[in-house]
Parts: sequence; C-alpha cells; structure tokens
Amino acid sequence: MSTVASDVTGMLGSQAQARIHAAYNDGIVRQFVIMTIVWGVVGMLVGVIIAAQLAWPALNFDVPWLTYSRLRPLHTNAVIFAFGGSALFASSYHIVQRTCHVRLFSDRLAALTFWGWQLVIVLAAITLPLGITQGKEYAELEWPIDLLIAVVWVAYAVVFFGTIALRKVRHIYVANWFFAAYIVTIAVLHIVNNIAIPVSLTKSYIVYSGVVDAMVQWWYGHNAVGFFLTAAFLGMMYYFVPKQAGRPIYSYRLSIVHFWALISIYMWAGPHHLHYTTLPDWAQSLGVVFSLILLAPSWGGMINGIMTLSGAWHKLRTDPILKFLIVSLSFYGMSTFEGPMMSIKTVNALSHYTDWTIGHVHSGALGWVAFMTIGSMYALLPKLYGRERMWSLRLIDIHFWIATIGVVLYVAAMWIAGVMQGLMWRAVNDDGTLTYTFVEALAATHPFYVVRLLGGSLFLVGMLIMVYNTVRTIQGSMIPADTPIPQAA
Amino acid sequence: MDIGVIRGLITLVLMVAFLAMVVIVWSRRRSAEFESAARLPLEDVPLKHPAVQPGRE
Repeated sequence: MSTVASDVTGMLGSQAQARIHAAYNDGIVRQFVIMTIVWGVVGMLVGVIIAAQLAWPALNFDVPWLTYSRLRPLHTNAVIFAFGGSALFASSYHIVQRTCHVRLFSDRLAALTFWGWQLVIVLAAITLPLGITQGKEYAELEWPIDLLIAVVWVAYAVVFFGTIALRKVRHIYVANWFFAAYIVTIAVLHIVNNIAIPVSLTKSYIVYSGVVDAMVQWWYGHNAVGFFLTAAFLGMMYYFVPKQAGRPIYSYRLSIVHFWALISIYMWAGPHHLHYTTLPDWAQSLGVVFSLILLAPSWGGMINGIMTLSGAWHKLRTDPILKFLIVSLSFYGMSTFEGPMMSIKTVNALSHYTDWTIGHVHSGALGWVAFMTIGSMYALLPKLYGRERMWSLRLIDIHFWIATIGVVLYVAAMWIAGVMQGLMWRAVNDDGTLTYTFVEALAATHPFYVVRLLGGSLFLVGMLIMVYNTVRTIQGSMIPADTPIPQAA
Repeated sequence: MDIGVIRGLITLVLMVAFLAMVVIVWSRRRSAEFESAARLPLEDVPLKHPAVQPGRE
C-alpha cells in the first residue's frame, strides 16, 4: 500500500482498510498497459528507421548515434523488453490477481517494478545510441543497468510469488505456472550471462571468454526467446484466449504436460545458434536434437489454444480481438515449426547469417508476440477504464488487417531474400571459385529490403491506429475504483 | 561408473518422470479439479466453487 493510502486508511479506520484490501490492484496494470502501447510505437518506429537505413544507408546522415549499429540494439531492446516486458508485467499482475482471488502481495514493490522498469528503458534509450554496450546480443546494457534490472526482477518475483502464496484459490492456474517459470528463468539467465568485471561506470568485461562466452551468450539468448517471448506469452494466451472465446481451455491436462515438456527442453536448444563454429560438434548436435523435440510441446500449446475455439469458430467472424489472438497462435505454430527445421545443421548451412533468420524472428515477434499482446491489451484496456469495450471495434478490425498484411510482407520478403542469399553465397564455379561476389548478393537483396520496410511501416501504422483508439476510449472516462475481490462463501 | 551408464540412467529417470506425469495428469481422480481450474479465467465470482478453499480468508 502506498504511504498516502495508509495515511488515509489510518484516518478512516480498519473498515476502509479492509475495503482497500478486498479489491484488486488495477492501477499498476493500467500503468503497464499504457506503457506497453507507448513503447510499442517507439520500438517499432526505430525498427522502421533501421529498415529504411538497410535499404538506403545514407539515411544515417553520418551521425554516429543514428547509425544502424547503435539503433539496432535500441530497436531490439525496446520491442522485447519495453513493449513485450511492459505487456508481461501488465498481464501477469492482472492474471495472478484474478486467478488467485487476492490483491497483489505488495503495492509498494509493484510500484517499484513499474518505475524501475521504466528507468531501465530510459537508460537503455540513452546509453545504446551513445554506443555504450557490452556487445552481447539482447544483453547489450552495461553493468549499472544490469544491476538495476536484477533489483527490479527480484521485486517482481517477490510480488508475483507473494501473491501466489496468499491465494484464496487452492489450484494454481496454468497461466501462473508459465509466468512463474519465466520469472525464475529470466533471473537466472540475466545474472549468469551478465557476470562482468567493471572497469568504469560505462565499461566492463564479461568474465567468460572464447567459445564458453559464446555458449553462455546463446544459452541466454535462446532462453530469452524460450521464456521471455514464449513461456510468458503462453501464460497470457492461457488467460485471454479462454476469456475472449468465453469457453475453458481445450485441454487443461495437455496444458500441464506441455508446460513441463516445454520448460525442460527449451533450456538445451541454445547451441543451434553456433552451428559450424568452434563449439564442440557434440554440443551442436545436442542443440539440434533438443530443438527438434521442441516441436511437440510448442505445438501442444498452439493446438490447445486454437482448439479452445472448437465449436465457436463463428466468433472469429465478429470479434476482431479473437482474430488477433487466434492468428497469433497460427504464427506461433508456424515459427515453432520453422525453428526446429532451421536448427538442422544442413538447413542451417543455408539459412545462417542470411535474412531468413530475420524473417523467422519477426514471424515470431510480430506474428506471435505482438499479435498476442495487441489482442490482450484490446481485451484488457476498456475494463481498466470502466468501458464496456474499445471506442471502435471497426478500428480494431482495420488494425488487424493492416498488421496482418504488414507481417506477411515482412516475413515473405525476408524468406525470399534469405534463401536467395544462402544460395548465392554457396554457389561455386567448376574451377572452385565463388560464382557471386558478396556485393552481388547484396544488390539482389535490395528490393526485398524495400518490401520489408513497407511491411514494417504497415505494422507501425496499425500501432498508431491502436493509439488513436486507446485515446478515444480513455477520453472522458472515469477511472473506476479497484475491482472488488469476489468473497468465498 | 561408466559415463555411458550414467547417461543411460539419466535418460531412464527422465522418461519415467515424464510417463509418471502423464499418468498422474490423466488420472480420472483429477477431472473435477481440472474442470474447475479451467473455468478460473471465465469466473470472476467463484461462489461455492470447488477450487476455492473453504474457510481461508
């Protein structure tokens, strides 16, 4: 409880205090929902800028902090940790309260996670364009920011697990299991991957070196995908898909089995990022095997989500929010088929270092993560502002179609470009010399970079439509009091 | 013990753990619990709900 609130309740006496405790903390969810949309626009805007730079390199205007090398980590950090992270804070705080029938463990610690996380994002937005970086992909932030992330994350864990401990419902709903796995794993990954010796406020050296450093980095990197961008968003899916469809999840039993299978197998798939490197061959093969097995639990989740609509498919015709959620699951199914396939060494020999990888990542990040987030936020936002629904369902539908066309253009362009690059790079003449120079492959890629820019821009336009719809929904609304917690008989 | 034997034993233990989980999760005894759990997102009012622990305030 905030200091102001405790003063007020002190004056009002224990009856009012009990009333505050008998309501959910909706305020913290509201804050994170708004920042999800804000950071979504910012992160995707930076993505559009760097996509334009890849098509027309002069667009960096020879300004160091506008160069691709500095803006690219800003883009990935903004969309993954600012947009995706805020969405996960919002949905996990909402879901854990609603499925445990109890207010968050601590309002003060929850507020710390909000302001702490926003501070991390602002510091990232300052340091990355300045070129301050550890040079580790998705772990670029320097050690003082890493320490701040660790503090915020521990507070997050205390709030989440504290709430679970206080729950009034005996069973822990499956969405909370996914959030729990994500919170624990991200803490472990973040701390282990960022162990470094600081030499100044803005420079440190990671303690690992050589191939061990590479393996630790991709153990972190792949599990950031597996737990931050997959397990946690499955938690979101297990609440918002049944809620929006108005029917329970297709198979609760399947959700338990695929949860344990998913989290045990993801942990070992990292080496597929290091095929044909100095990483020992057996470790690469281990990465392939675990990546292939991953198809089963991944599709377990996808099938479970989509089959929830079985018998209610007609709802897809009228509910644009459900369209976002179900298409999101379709993209999840596609990218979790594509991923294992790309991890096979012979396929990887063609796909690695090409734009195919970029296409794969965005089919997951835009198609799965962003669609799931957008659908869930559209479902959540009006209720947080005392509205029946968003201001315009028509605009949600338009957003859906613009975003879908955007993703398809983006992913198709990168697939074609990637396969073409792979084939051109490996082509050899009869005498053993390379058929194409590198720049010939680059020139052939140019039109696809323009198509990718178009696809990304469409996705950003969709987000701006969401901003407009959000503003109109919030305008003139009375922020409702915290929702009362249903009391057990 | 030979490393190969240890690896084999680990595989066996994990396989048994997985199969045991499948058996436990699909046991008929748990049907009621899972059915009420699956309804949690749909019900904000859990009055007289089997998943709610009685007497815990």
